[in-house]
Amino acid sequence: MEWLIQILNSVQYGLLLFLVASGLTLIFGIMGVINLAHGSFYMIGAYLAFTLSSLTGSLWLALPLGIVLAAALGLLLEWALISRLYRRDHLYQVLLTFGLILIFEELRSVLVGDDVHSVAIPAVLGASLPLTETLSYPVYRLFISAVCLALAGLMYVTIQKTRFGMMIRAAASNPEMATSLGLDIRWIHALVFAAGVALAAFAGMIAAPVSSVFPGMGNQVLIVCFVIVVIGGIGSLKGALIASLLIGFADTFGKVLVPEFASIAVYLLMAVVLLFRPRGLFGRA
Amino acid sequence: MKRSLLPWLVVATVLLLLFPMAAEKFYLQLVTKIMILAIFALSLDLLVGYTGLVSLGHAAYFGIAAYTYALASQAADPANVWLTLPLALAASAAAALLVGALVLRTSGVYFIMVTLAFAQMAYYFFHDTRIAGGSDGIYINTRPDAHLPGLDLADDLHFYYFVLALLAIVFALLAVVLRSPFGRALQGIKANEHRMRALGYATLHYKLAAFVLAGTIAGLAGYLAAAKEGFVNPEMMAWHQSGAVLMMLILGGMGTLFGAVLGAFSYVLLQEWFSTLTKHWQLLMGGFIVAAVLLLPHGLIGLHRLRIKSRAPRPEGDGD
Amino acid sequence: MTDRRQFIQQAGLLAAAAATGSLMPSIARAQTAKLRVGMMLPYTGTYASLGTAITQGFNLAVEENGGMLGGRAIDFFTVDDESEPSKATDNANKLVQRDKVDLLVGTVHSGVVMAMVKVARDNGTLLIIPNAGANAATGGQCAPNIFRTSFSNWQPAHPMGKVMYERGHRKAVTLTWKYGAGEESIESFKEGFTKLGGSIVKEMYLPFPNVEFQPFITEIASLKPDAVFVFFAGGGAVKFTKDYAAAGLKDKIPLYGSGFLTDGTLEAQGASAQGLLTTLHYGDGIENAKNKLFRYNYGKKYGVQADVYAVQGYDAALLLHGGLNAVKGSFGDRKALYSAMEKVKIDSPRGPWTMSKAHNPIQDIYLRRVEGNANQVIGVAWKALEDPARGCKMSAA
Repeated sequence: MEWLIQILNSVQYGLLLFLVASGLTLIFGIMGVINLAHGSFYMIGAYLAFTLSSLTGSLWLALPLGIVLAAALGLLLEWALISRLYRRDHLYQVLLTFGLILIFEELRSVLVGDDVHSVAIPAVLGASLPLTETLSYPVYRLFISAVCLALAGLMYVTIQKTRFGMMIRAAASNPEMATSLGLDIRWIHALVFAAGVALAAFAGMIAAPVSSVFPGMGNQVLIVCFVIVVIGGIGSLKGALIASLLIGFADTFGKVLVPEFASIAVYLLMAVVLLFRPRGLFGRA
Repeated sequence: MKRSLLPWLVVATVLLLLFPMAAEKFYLQLVTKIMILAIFALSLDLLVGYTGLVSLGHAAYFGIAAYTYALASQAADPANVWLTLPLALAASAAAALLVGALVLRTSGVYFIMVTLAFAQMAYYFFHDTRIAGGSDGIYINTRPDAHLPGLDLADDLHFYYFVLALLAIVFALLAVVLRSPFGRALQGIKANEHRMRALGYATLHYKLAAFVLAGTIAGLAGYLAAAKEGFVNPEMMAWHQSGAVLMMLILGGMGTLFGAVLGAFSYVLLQEWFSTLTKHWQLLMGGFIVAAVLLLPHGLIGLHRLRIKSRAPRPEGDGD
Repeated sequence: MTDRRQFIQQAGLLAAAAATGSLMPSIARAQTAKLRVGMMLPYTGTYASLGTAITQGFNLAVEENGGMLGGRAIDFFTVDDESEPSKATDNANKLVQRDKVDLLVGTVHSGVVMAMVKVARDNGTLLIIPNAGANAATGGQCAPNIFRTSFSNWQPAHPMGKVMYERGHRKAVTLTWKYGAGEESIESFKEGFTKLGGSIVKEMYLPFPNVEFQPFITEIASLKPDAVFVFFAGGGAVKFTKDYAAAGLKDKIPLYGSGFLTDGTLEAQGASAQGLLTTLHYGDGIENAKNKLFRYNYGKKYGVQADVYAVQGYDAALLLHGGLNAVKGSFGDRKALYSAMEKVKIDSPRGPWTMSKAHNPIQDIYLRRVEGNANQVIGVAWKALEDPARGCKMSAA
């Protein structure tokens, strides 16, 4: 039984990671931009959930408001800063977004302070399911997993089956061709970036009731997100999903079985994958 | 080195030679620290600026040498430089050889991430095990002894000149290396690896050699940092240290040796200055980094180049 | 060796001072001059709120003494240490060598404090540690000029072994982050618990600062120990108590911790922390006049509730005040000052405490129960607990 629950833990953690990492892999894959500030957007989402749900009194109201605000922030950043980096080396993207991390973290300190906060789990989902005589599983965690799966499905359909998805794919694989066919690349980039920011912020918001809201939380997810994107293959949503689940398993079972090496399990997994598949599991050659 | 930069190089050297006469002890130590970081930045410049390999895990080699030295000098007596330095450099070189042989199979963004992954492993190795004090770090009780007449590294002034000499040696060494056929090949790889391979170069071997050389020089910087502070801590290897040294390069202007040194100086001094202005100085630092990326595409050294170009356009490319 | 090195340093210092002409002021600076206090604390990053509380506590004590300590007016020099060990030596040197401070106060992060201890030992500067608990600072690295007004990691955790045993628990599981403070706390709890006959079923660690606790909670549920002891603080503490409660374990397998588990985080922890028992050298509802006055004044001045960090900062100033008073405000005779500081009986909001030979507080460790938004003190878990100061070779000054 314990092992079944650990598998559940792995999947549940993996799906949450996928939600954060999916925005990163989109921005990476479609725009070719490395965004170190992705963790900051996750952090901003969590603080939005805290601030908005205390203002409105409900997480359900905070969620749509927060998504709109995050997307607006994404559009603004893309227009003011990111759009100037498309033709530049990755190195400059790394640095500019490194600067953004410092700015967002310090703004967080100025605006909200340095205390730890929490967001209440909505009453409807507050229950727990008893799994064994000692252990119960919070319904909200299962709800998060369901939302992640639904979003994964939605993203797949959007990109593979809709007209907008086709435009995105065209823009990613051959920007010049796409432009000559009359696509407005600028708008596609702006929208993709805003969507990436909104996804990270949404992950932060929806995870806030279980993760709590605290300084430095963005940096904790940042590196593991990069690991996921790289293992999965840059730009591949399918790869990100599989990599997230792999990381979920590596982290969970690493902690239980080889606690001495739990901290490096994730990085070891990444190194091994890249040695055999230098472009990740589903990366384009 | 471009001829136009030569006067600046001379001025900088003279200033650094004379600086201790005017400086209080704190500033002496501060400049010592900056020169150590300049060596570190130079080592990364060889990879990023000249070979086109963007490593986000360079702090690992800095830290490995520092830890090797710390572990080799736990006795009460000062460690011998001529024993511990080669040992520390060898440790960094070996780590760079091992990691390099693996990571050079990847390229681009993947390369950035795998170098980071290996650096994180090194970080957690020292952070999580008790072999060297874990997360609290360990002390080195004494500065190393170089056993040279008249040189006492425990003295801050002597140590300053020791570091300055090593900075000059590393600078000169890299200048020579970059002019050698080997260095030309590296720059060729950066410009167009396919062409180099087509010309018959075993580019992988060249890149690996550059990776090991860069790791070894980073190790020298790490050794000096540990000797200076008398204290090592896993945070020396944290990913944001690798990020900071990259920032120094960009700020100064990568692909020029002088730019790496200039970057180390301006980065540290800016931080010092900002932190005296406000409690929320990280906001200023972040804003500055963003502005620098947008407004100074070639770093501070680019300002100089811009000026030269506007005065007299020169036909040469921008390699120096 | 140290002699030679100190000599060289002093000679260097003299030479530098002579060269810059700063020899005169440093000697002429007598009792009448302002006391130069170097505050090296985190004002940005994860521990920023702790750095602020410590500074406020320190300032409150200065203000209560008419803007002075030991009859000396104060000049503050402040450095943000960012909780960054790799900059710690330079930051400490900035205060010691550039600003020529008479003493250093700091800090929160153990790795940074280890660098400060090194600088203090090398330069002979007085260091007062208002938080960081690394055992070594008043253990293997203890020195006449290094004092601590907070705790050693050994202290708050040790009494919990006794408390848990007395409450009938025999088999315990421990969990913490794999880092200095966590490991030292668990070590100390284990020592107290096993000495009485308790046994540790499993010691569990997770990488710092990872907060994905679910695998461990699952394992605890299947191991079914009598009780669980953890060391977490800040965001990790909040997430852990919430996860533990959400898994339904809170009422089945009692959770205990070092007091940091529930300090400054209760509002965020809400129901998940109610009723938890923790041990610490401070708590809410300590019934002494000093504490009431302190909390009232602190609340009035800063508009927030005082916490344990504020007390530690406050006591740092009291220690200096008491020591300086005994030597009439003179910094000249260090030996006399340090020996006076050793003898000061601190009238602290946490209750009176004295200095151990290794310069760490000999203090009562309270047993507290979380009630509402307070860590209500329900008793003294260990009276006048002294850190064993393992490896400290310093004799009394």
